[in-house]
Amino acid sequence: MTQAFWTFIALVSHWRRHPVNFGALFVGLAIATALWSGVQALNEHARASYDRAASIFGAGGARSIVPTRGGSVSQDLFVKLRLAGWKVSPVLEGTVRIHGKRFRLIGIEPVTLPREAGVAVVAGEGALGAFLKPPGRMIVTPETLRELSAAESVAIVIDGGKTLPPIEALAAALPGALVVDIGVAQAVLNRPEQISRLIFKEPPSAVAPPLATVAGDALRLVPPREEESDIRRLTESFHLNLTAFGLLACLVGFFIVHAAFGLAFEQRLAMVRTMRAVGVSARTLIVAMLGELALLALVAGSAGVGAGYLLAAALLPDMAASLDGLYGARVAGQLALDPMWWISGLGIAVIGSLVAAGGGLFKAFYLPVLMAAQPFAWRQVQQKFLWRRSVLGALGIAAFLVAHFYGKGLYAAFGMIAGLLLGAALLLPLLLDGVLRLGEKYASQPLAQWFWADCRQQLPGLSLALMALLLALSTNVGVGAMVEGFRKTFTQWLDERLVAEVYFEVAGNAETQQIEAWLEKRPEVSAILPMSKIKIRLGGWPVDIVGMKPHETYRNHFPMLSETGDAWGELQRGEGALVSEQLARRLDLALGSTLDVPAADGQWRVRIAGIFPDYGNPKGQLRIDIDRLMRLWPETPRMGYSLRTAPKAVPELIDALQTEFGQQISQISDQAAIKNLSMRIFERTFAVTAALNLLTLLVAGIALLANFLTLGNVRLAQLAPVWAVGVSRMRLAQLEFLRVLLLAAVTSAFALPLGLALAWQLVAVVNVQAFGWRLPFHVFPAQLGQTVALALLTAAAAAIWPIIRFVRITPAALAKVFANER
Amino acid sequence: MAGETRASLLRVAGLKKSFTTPQGRLAILKGVDLELDVGSSLALMGESGSGKSTLLHLIAGLDDADEGEIFLDDVAVTRLPDFGRAALRRETLAVVFQQFNLIPSLTIRANVAFQARLAGRLDPVWREELVGRLGLENLMERYPEQLSGGQQQRVAIARALAPRPRLLLADEPTGNLDEATADDFIKLTTEVVAATGCAFLMITHSKRLAARLERQVTLSSGVIKEL
Ligand SMILES: Nc1ncnc2c1ncn2[C@@H]1O[C@H](COP(=O)(O)OP(=O)(O)OP(=O)(O)O)[C@@H](O)[C@H]1O
Ligand SMILES: [Mg+2]
Repeated sequence: MTQAFWTFIALVSHWRRHPVNFGALFVGLAIATALWSGVQALNEHARASYDRAASIFGAGGARSIVPTRGGSVSQDLFVKLRLAGWKVSPVLEGTVRIHGKRFRLIGIEPVTLPREAGVAVVAGEGALGAFLKPPGRMIVTPETLRELSAAESVAIVIDGGKTLPPIEALAAALPGALVVDIGVAQAVLNRPEQISRLIFKEPPSAVAPPLATVAGDALRLVPPREEESDIRRLTESFHLNLTAFGLLACLVGFFIVHAAFGLAFEQRLAMVRTMRAVGVSARTLIVAMLGELALLALVAGSAGVGAGYLLAAALLPDMAASLDGLYGARVAGQLALDPMWWISGLGIAVIGSLVAAGGGLFKAFYLPVLMAAQPFAWRQVQQKFLWRRSVLGALGIAAFLVAHFYGKGLYAAFGMIAGLLLGAALLLPLLLDGVLRLGEKYASQPLAQWFWADCRQQLPGLSLALMALLLALSTNVGVGAMVEGFRKTFTQWLDERLVAEVYFEVAGNAETQQIEAWLEKRPEVSAILPMSKIKIRLGGWPVDIVGMKPHETYRNHFPMLSETGDAWGELQRGEGALVSEQLARRLDLALGSTLDVPAADGQWRVRIAGIFPDYGNPKGQLRIDIDRLMRLWPETPRMGYSLRTAPKAVPELIDALQTEFGQQISQISDQAAIKNLSMRIFERTFAVTAALNLLTLLVAGIALLANFLTLGNVRLAQLAPVWAVGVSRMRLAQLEFLRVLLLAAVTSAFALPLGLALAWQLVAVVNVQAFGWRLPFHVFPAQLGQTVALALLTAAAAAIWPIIRFVRITPAALAKVFANER
Repeated sequence: MAGETRASLLRVAGLKKSFTTPQGRLAILKGVDLELDVGSSLALMGESGSGKSTLLHLIAGLDDADEGEIFLDDVAVTRLPDFGRAALRRETLAVVFQQFNLIPSLTIRANVAFQARLAGRLDPVWREELVGRLGLENLMERYPEQLSGGQQQRVAIARALAPRPRLLLADEPTGNLDEATADDFIKLTTEVVAATGCAFLMITHSKRLAARLERQVTLSSGVIKEL
């Protein structure tokens, strides 16, 4: 024990004499942990929010009973069930509009509500009284309060004139929902005596009759699995993407740890030999090294987890906005994480650094005592490891190819990316060596010859940092190309799709005939294009069926991926349907194939006449003629209208519509506004990935800096002889700088094709697997140029300080290299 | 002291060692026999490449022999596992090399105490005496790189003797020093070693320095010859 302790002290003393190296190692480890745990925090938080929002009634093992035919049923059934021994609690859910915005209103009965049901918002004696006693309370999250643009204790009036109870904001409330007493909900929603759900936790008493005996076929028990939220499933791929980037960034970070520990080990070889010579056993040495590593991982990991928390908190607003915009998923605005998250963050730091430094420890254990004394022998071992790495790299590429040709599904796609990136990274030193060998061959001047040979000699020490740079750069190129391609495609698509000048939605029970009659009398309106929408499930997937008029506006502008010769004719005759790319992939539909749609009265068979891109829509969409839709589902309300008019007439028309119909219409907007909104949503979606991207590059920069600093003293011994034979320090510094730029340039040249391959994987494979639609693949030369510039900049920034230190060094210090070979 | 028979401390018998080189196997030690008494001193000489360091490494348990035995206080060094040899190096013997004996990131004070602390027998009085005898008093808070070669080697001796080993092995400890410094160093070292009652085996190329020890042997053609 004392042995291990003093060995540990000696090992750690190394860092006290090399604080900058230690700082780099520390920061690298902390950033890696921060990126990983930050992304995990975002994911965790979002998932927890979906679960809370969507399956609030399924939390803690609670079960639901819902009306078999949807909608609501009389609350008499609740009384009957209670009397029969079912410990159920009634719920009424509905939607209200406030200033044109939709909110989910949930009416509960707090006394019978199971505590585990997750609606623990009505806690405490006094609170319960206030909630139940008129005028009651409406419980919302602070974010929802902000969205309502209201203050606490204010009673909001909804569109339609009814008044809600005074607001109370609670952080633990349901994101995006307004929770009131069930009686209040029945009054506000105009559904007196109605309930839409019954929940229970305790199983019914043994003597209780089965559900069917009490309620006939009016109610059904929701199977536990169905409780899992649709939103959670729909957004799963978004989070998978995030996780993948988090992992990649984290990997880059652990490359640093690997490199830094390897270098530190090399630096401490003399020390290790001395310790072995004075009687430290190999085992004690390993224990001490492990202790050092674990301590570092714990301290830096803690810092990293803390930074991850801050990172997540900073990115959360963007993510919340993008999830809301993309999927209508509400995420609570305040980060709340359970202890497991902190522990797992630390775990990642410890395990990651053990794996990253494990190779060094392993080598330390098997390195013969005497061999440690001979740097040459060490180099040989290093060389062997380099070869082994190249073999691993080749294996990685092979794994990529296997996954490419035989793999299926999202995980195979990510496996493919991992294989490609790791394989390429591990092969990088070999490639660099080849390039430098070429340079050496064609150099004729002695200094140039030394330059190339020296670069090659530096390679083993720098290769890991360069690999990190390669990974960061190709991620940058890949994700950048994907985001840019997305933006470009999406803008074009919006231009085509939002070709009508005015669009508005109609409120629930609007007098649509009256609106249509009024519009027909307006001379400036050249076309009225109504739309209706119903929600169904096809193959277990949520699908919107949209009814539209096959007007020439659409014939000329509606973007299609492929269509039959007379797609719009087929649509008009009610024979054909247009299907979104996602749905076509999901259900394996091709042009001309048929689809059976469950309609109000039996199946409706329809032919696929066209496939259209529907970027970013997590649901499937089927577009059919609106008259056909109304015949199949007569109850369907109008959803909204697109109007064609002269652009100049837009503001006036919107004004007139608003004055005439006010409350009955909402979301009235012109094309430009919608386009803006959509673009904003997508910008935000990728704000998170862009931030991660940049941070990854930063990590790579730190890896390089750490490397240069760690190599500093060794480097001095290599430069001193060249200086001694008459090359000035300034000239040497210039060559150093050139060397760094050269290596970074070659690395980035390799990163470009790799990044494009990554981009292709993302748009053509991962995106299809995750979202169900494929993006066109674009190459953006300006972006590639920017990446190369960024690489050089990163490398230069990392190199500049060590080089300045070198220029400033006194000749005496350089000469000392000869006096004392330490 | 003449006539007095001292107990044997180190006994090397029939030691063989060869290395694999690109030119095939190269036999370096071809049956080395050597004995060293408690508290005695011995100079090991021989041409460069004759295998002196190899022999010293084997005695210190830093490398494995092909054949033969090494007994230290009746313990068979050759048969000990790694941790047993490490314990031996901590407690029974000490090694000083030509250079790189100190831990660069520790102060001289910590370096001197290092081995004794490992062995769990740091005696502050003895350490101070060593420091005094070797003239290190004013260097204690410095780092190795701030010392001259001769000073560094004196620190190495202090470090080696601090745990009171039974045998001090030195591989050309004066190899990096000038004649005068080397003479001083050997004088100091032999005095301190004698005061400790520790046996001393030193490899050297210098006949002059070798003559300062009680016995001199050479290693040549893989075997030991008494001079
Ligand atoms: N690990 C090794 N692998 C191969 N050959 C080795 C190895 N170690 C030593 N040798 C060879 O063994 C021979 C003896 O080496 P050793 O270092 O013992 O010589 P030495 O007598 O100490 O020489 P010097 O006086 O120069 O220090 C040399 O020829 C050397 O090349
Ligand atoms: Mg030697």
